[in-house]
Amino acid sequence: MEKAPAAPHPEYDLLRPIENPGKSFYYIVAVLLAIILYTGYVYIRQVYYGLGVTGMAQPVTWGFYIINFVFFIGISHAGTLISAILRLSKAEWRRPITRMAEVITAIVLAIGGLHPIIDLGRPDRMTHLFYNGRLQSPLLWDIVSITAYFTASTVYLYIPMIPDIAILRDRGVKPRWLYEFLSWSWQGTEQQHKVLDRAMNILMVVVIPIAVSVHTIISYIFAMTVQPGWHSTIFGPYFVVGAIFSGIAAILVLMIVFRKVFHLERYLKLIHFNYLSVLLLIMSLLWFYFTFSEYLTGFYGHEPNEMRVFMYKFSGAFAPYFWTMVTCNFLLPLILLSNRKTRTIPGILIASISVIIGMWLERLIIVVPSLANPRLPYPTGIYIPTHTEWMLFLGGVSVFILGYMMFARFFPVISVWEIQEGRHESAKTVTERISSYMPDPQPRYTGSMENE
Amino acid sequence: MKWGMVIDLQKCTGCGECVAACKLENNVAIVEPKESEMGRTMLWMDMLTVYEGEYPRLRVRQFPRPCMHCDHPPCTKVCPVRATYKNEEGIVAQIYPQCIGCRYCMAACPYTVKSFNWYKPEWAPGIRETVNPDVSVRQVGVVEKCTFCVHRLQKAKEQAKSEGRNLREGDFQTACAESCPAGAIVFGDLENTGHRVNSLSRSPRATRLLEDLGTEPKVIYLKEVD
Repeated sequence: MEKAPAAPHPEYDLLRPIENPGKSFYYIVAVLLAIILYTGYVYIRQVYYGLGVTGMAQPVTWGFYIINFVFFIGISHAGTLISAILRLSKAEWRRPITRMAEVITAIVLAIGGLHPIIDLGRPDRMTHLFYNGRLQSPLLWDIVSITAYFTASTVYLYIPMIPDIAILRDRGVKPRWLYEFLSWSWQGTEQQHKVLDRAMNILMVVVIPIAVSVHTIISYIFAMTVQPGWHSTIFGPYFVVGAIFSGIAAILVLMIVFRKVFHLERYLKLIHFNYLSVLLLIMSLLWFYFTFSEYLTGFYGHEPNEMRVFMYKFSGAFAPYFWTMVTCNFLLPLILLSNRKTRTIPGILIASISVIIGMWLERLIIVVPSLANPRLPYPTGIYIPTHTEWMLFLGGVSVFILGYMMFARFFPVISVWEIQEGRHESAKTVTERISSYMPDPQPRYTGSMENE
Repeated sequence: MKWGMVIDLQKCTGCGECVAACKLENNVAIVEPKESEMGRTMLWMDMLTVYEGEYPRLRVRQFPRPCMHCDHPPCTKVCPVRATYKNEEGIVAQIYPQCIGCRYCMAACPYTVKSFNWYKPEWAPGIRETVNPDVSVRQVGVVEKCTFCVHRLQKAKEQAKSEGRNLREGDFQTACAESCPAGAIVFGDLENTGHRVNSLSRSPRATRLLEDLGTEPKVIYLKEVD
């Protein structure tokens, strides 16, 4: 059944990476696999010796693993929220970017969800969570919501992919069994399209509250304790805003990379970057608003323990990180993105990378200083991550890159059928839609309003 | 029944006898100096130092700090697997074989009393003989804490039962209370008017750590009078 693809597909650019991956793909995969294998060794070593191989100690008992957990789950908000909200609001420009965002969600969520397990002193007792689990513990809420989020977002990623998988199946791309199995005998009939649309509509409405709940609950892990710096009512929305913020930055970086590597300039146009970077700028302002509110209330309350943590961040040992965070999350994006001259692809890339770094620092600044300043007179703790923690962080990032590359190797990162649908139909439907909510050209004095 | 402890800071000399006695009684692991420098010293009973004033008018105060055995313990609320819980006699207990080592209880405890086994506990050959057979040795990767020497309570209860009588004051003492040369630590039933802790806890000098948090600790300090 060896058959070369027939006539070039109209969206050839999108299918080329799958039909003809090229050599450099395998080199990068080899490097990533080497890093991941080494990370696996480091983790097994940690399981064998105990968490002593990390830099955590009393009183800073949570370190990189929890920071990265919050960070990765935050990034995962790229997909579902961007794609679901844009789909829901019928923003036509979303078409080339929704899938890229959804893939981020699925992969990063899997990595982020593993971090609490990496953090466990006794990972062999994980099953206790099921038969001894206490639903009163915010950690259990977290397991429930992350599982729900992972399920919903993978289904939400997969369902709109079915027509594309069918295209690959029909073109005889190898491995055929994979596409035949995953395409679910999609023929593109009207009935099938109806079912698909309905499933997508249900999922995108369901996924938004789940995504909001996930990061709210992660903030609750901290906010439910009485620790200074954590016990805050603003934490839920603050974490959600931060998550979407870092998620948009992540998708922008990926879009720029894919545009360059796969030559997708035809699909990812400047207008997409422009719209998304304005969204990033808005999130940056929102982030600043939340941060400002959070710290100002702490400062005016002037509760001694709260102030100790506050000063530790503002002028103490954590000041360099704190002010770098403010620069990365607020000053730099504000300068780069509010100016039309710097809101170019390189400018957006710099702003996005700076936001990703800044948001990671934010997690660090939330987790460590509160633990490092216990209320009773203990010697203040210093947390210095070891090689093990750095490796597991690097390994997590490698798994993400590898996962994304494997996805791009087998499936189109830009939804082919949605682009085609957009080409054929959306111009008409958008015109109709606009005319439906525009004021009527002439007032009609028919005497009744029943018809409208 | 509500076990509690009164620590008279007027009597306490900060000698550290209680710290050592606790460590030996409960098989609390001894960590290497390098680990200790990292902040991994394991102490169920710790001696905390407060510096008051500025040099040269510096005043140093010390106070022993066991687990507070709160009536509203923040640690038990957050444990995902019920490895830490408050038993019916008010003791905040830890089930070591059930602990998954997430350290959420440590993060939630405002008194920072819990210890974690970062490595497998090891005893030097000479010291191994001193391991108390009544207390289980904790494994790597679990959280452990002061239990008010609950194994002694167990023994005392059985002794009392075999003699066909109720538990009396003095049947059961924690290792720290027993070892204190100044008699600064008193242990007993806070609800029993016959016990010394009951009257001491109502002393005008009585105070509790971080009382404003509403955790209601069952360790009561008697303030120093200058």
